Amino acid sequence: MSYILEQKQLDEIEQILNKDLIDLGVHSVILIDMAGNIVVDQNSGGSDHDIYSLAALAAGNYGAMNAMANIVGEDEFSLLFHKGEKANIHFSKVLSDYLLVTIFGKEVSLGFLRLKVAEVITKIGDLLPAQ
Amino acid sequence: MAFVNLKKKEVQAKIVYYGPGRGGKTSNLEFIYNRIRHKMKNEMVTIKTHGDRTLFFDFLPLNIGTIKGYSIRTQLYTVPGQVKYDATRRLVLRGVDGIVFVADSMTVRREKNIASLKNLEENLAAYQKDLYKIPIVMQYNKRDLGQKGVPLLSFAEMEKDLNSKLKAPRFGASAMTGHDVVATLKKAIQITMISLKRTLM
Repeated sequence: MSYILEQKQLDEIEQILNKDLIDLGVHSVILIDMAGNIVVDQNSGGSDHDIYSLAALAAGNYGAMNAMANIVGEDEFSLLFHKGEKANIHFSKVLSDYLLVTIFGKEVSLGFLRLKVAEVITKIGDLLPAQ
Repeated sequence: MAFVNLKKKEVQAKIVYYGPGRGGKTSNLEFIYNRIRHKMKNEMVTIKTHGDRTLFFDFLPLNIGTIKGYSIRTQLYTVPGQVKYDATRRLVLRGVDGIVFVADSMTVRREKNIASLKNLEENLAAYQKDLYKIPIVMQYNKRDLGQKGVPLLSFAEMEKDLNSKLKAPRFGASAMTGHDVVATLKKAIQITMISLKRTLM
């Protein structure tokens, strides 16, 4: 279903993403819905990624991973993470219809990032409309 | 699943080009992309097989200007048309707001058009969406091939096969020459926006 978010909700989500993830050293964080729309995007200032294409591909990739999980008898794969030389991408589901995409470098450990992402998901889950 | 961002005053909506394999869905998007690429910062995204067939989807974000102070951003997708890629087709349909059904006018593709429309109905039902309620535009593509002697279905035959119950807006078009490609898209955006206004107000 279509949905609307007001300035207050979006400001609060941005604030949480900045404080808990960007300040931690994450390059870029994008909150998208499963249709591939961008809800909020924040970055540390140094990245100029094509976030619209990234959002479309992330939503498709997540959907494909879930479909694969179902084929092998899992509800979903809980860790979705791609490792590169300079940049890594971590995906995490928020409620049932949103996805948090985090791009980070070597300076952030995956374990600590997962911990912070779990906290962020609890906080922003309260601010997002359930579909 | 359109999203209205009141902070940025932006509406994002998803339009999917659906239809049988080799019907011209990717060619539609390529034509549009070539018309606007000089204004775009980003490139069109395509996920293809080695044989140049769409494997997952093509993606083209399109900023079409403002309506009543809101910036309208439509995300255009195609699905893979080949029968075997049904799972990926269904994934691309998630959150769809409007559809362009690209049917192949060649006589030999008649059954494939009908099967693809039926498949669209089934895949929409997986998301609790009704083919008869979602904004949809019919495009009867490859009309230019008639001049080259290729046997084509008549407009009336295609209407009877595909649009007799739907009664959707329809265009005879050619994605290769560009004839009515933009008109098809404009109509799809228009009816999608009207439908969104109705559901959100």
